[in-house]
Amino acid sequence: MIEFENVSKRYPDGHEALSQVSFVLDAGEMAFLTGHSGAGKSTLLKLIMLMERPSGGQLRVNGKNLNRLHKSQIPYYRRRVGVVFQNHQLLFDRTVFDNVALPLQVSGAQHRDIERRVRAALDKVGLLSKEKLNPVQLSGGEQQRIGIARAVVHTPRILLADEPTGNLDPELSAEIMTLFEDFRNVGVCVLVATHDVALISSMGERVLTLDHGRLSEAGALVTL
Amino acid sequence: MSRYKTRMETPSQSRRSGAVEKRRGLISVVRAYFYNHRKNAAESFHRMRGEPLQSVMTMLVVAIALALPSMLYVGVSSLQQLSGSWDSSAQMTLFLKKGAKDKAIEGLIKELESNDELAEIHYISPSEALDALQGSAGFGEALTHLDDNPLPPVLLVVPTAAIEADVPRVEQLVKTLTQQPLVEEVQLDMKWLQRMQQILDIGRQITVLLGGALSLGVLLVVGNTIRLAIENRREEILVVKLVGGTNGFVRRPFLYTGLWYGMFGGLIAWLGVMVAQFWLGATVTRLAALYQSDFALKNIGLDGMLLIIVLGGILGLVGAALAVGRHIAQLEP
Repeated sequence: MIEFENVSKRYPDGHEALSQVSFVLDAGEMAFLTGHSGAGKSTLLKLIMLMERPSGGQLRVNGKNLNRLHKSQIPYYRRRVGVVFQNHQLLFDRTVFDNVALPLQVSGAQHRDIERRVRAALDKVGLLSKEKLNPVQLSGGEQQRIGIARAVVHTPRILLADEPTGNLDPELSAEIMTLFEDFRNVGVCVLVATHDVALISSMGERVLTLDHGRLSEAGALVTL
Repeated sequence: MSRYKTRMETPSQSRRSGAVEKRRGLISVVRAYFYNHRKNAAESFHRMRGEPLQSVMTMLVVAIALALPSMLYVGVSSLQQLSGSWDSSAQMTLFLKKGAKDKAIEGLIKELESNDELAEIHYISPSEALDALQGSAGFGEALTHLDDNPLPPVLLVVPTAAIEADVPRVEQLVKTLTQQPLVEEVQLDMKWLQRMQQILDIGRQITVLLGGALSLGVLLVVGNTIRLAIENRREEILVVKLVGGTNGFVRRPFLYTGLWYGMFGGLIAWLGVMVAQFWLGATVTRLAALYQSDFALKNIGLDGMLLIIVLGGILGLVGAALAVGRHIAQLEP
């Protein structure tokens, strides 16, 4: 599903954020991406989102070489990827429902379809009763779950999460991780960037560790 | 949280519904497209209502820019109507010598009737002229105090259509008629008309020039307002782009906002012109009545309303498109 082959990213200022990164993540597979801050976690996710382009190597998603994807095709590509942001990136000028509906609206889904899918996604994260509220009225954990609902409402094949449990207590974090596992279990390819080592070790999933832009795979850190 | 699991769709389900979507085909795509447009139009409108002061100010600027050339246009085309009411632009007035004998005048009329360059000859005797003048406003009283009729006999002469448009031949005709012993003076109404035509031409040119300059102003004002709106909604644009919104999708609400500014500006401009007409119209009609004219300002009417709203809408849309084209493509997450 996601294939990195000797991917490097050098920013215009000369800083090399990723060097010679190679790994494969299949459908129905979940992995944690970890490493010290500045190790290149965000850059790696940005490459998959096509917010940045690699400066070397091959990056294939769903068998398609992203290097050859034209700029005008990027929006259509992004519609098959779901992203959960650390700072949730919710829009406070509209209701919870409209926030979650956004990925469906941009792809021109039918009104009836939108209602059904948004309710299903909100139900999944346990916030169906709050659909008419403004996200401002929700707690940090609830906002994060709205962000997850938005990331999965269009049933993407790939789900990326950047520090999704950043400001949450351990109990909420575990709940959110369970959600991610649910998606993995139905065939979604899930990649979660986090530095929450305690959480990673409790999950027993695959771990990709970045160190100064270089990738080393430690396997499951069950023992830690 | 496991109780929420059941209703979420799996990717394989969505793949199946994707195939169904393809089968539903063009109609549903078109329907979704129009639904999106309707939604955008409504949302842009509500967003403007959310910032009434800013919106009204922009609309007023647009309205003023549209109203000024519109008023000028109404004025010029009203005068145009007035000059068009001369049936024959080359009509001549022949003032005959005072005290000319009726017999001699009859002879002159006969002679002119045989002239095939003239289409119409109409005689107004001094007493007829006096009667007409007494009917006119303001003169009746004064004329009764005159001992005898001061007015000369007058012949109104209209050249044939073939000559009318041919200025040198009309001037030649004037010369010939002036040489008639009985004719005191020949006045060519056309001269006055030509002068008025030229003034109207200038008026029309000023209208076009002013209209062009102010249209450019509308483009800039709407463009600038939209640019600020884009700045304000930067975060939202970035999020929309991250979840797969195309540039077209991001652009649409701003284009509708521009369209609304232009159309509402046009509507306000039309109201303004109507008010000005109503206010000035009474005075103009009273003034015209003093000169025995039924001249009135041309009504801008419903056609004018449609035109001004459509024109405003187009200008708003183009102004928004200019701003949006430059700023949205640059905003990338």
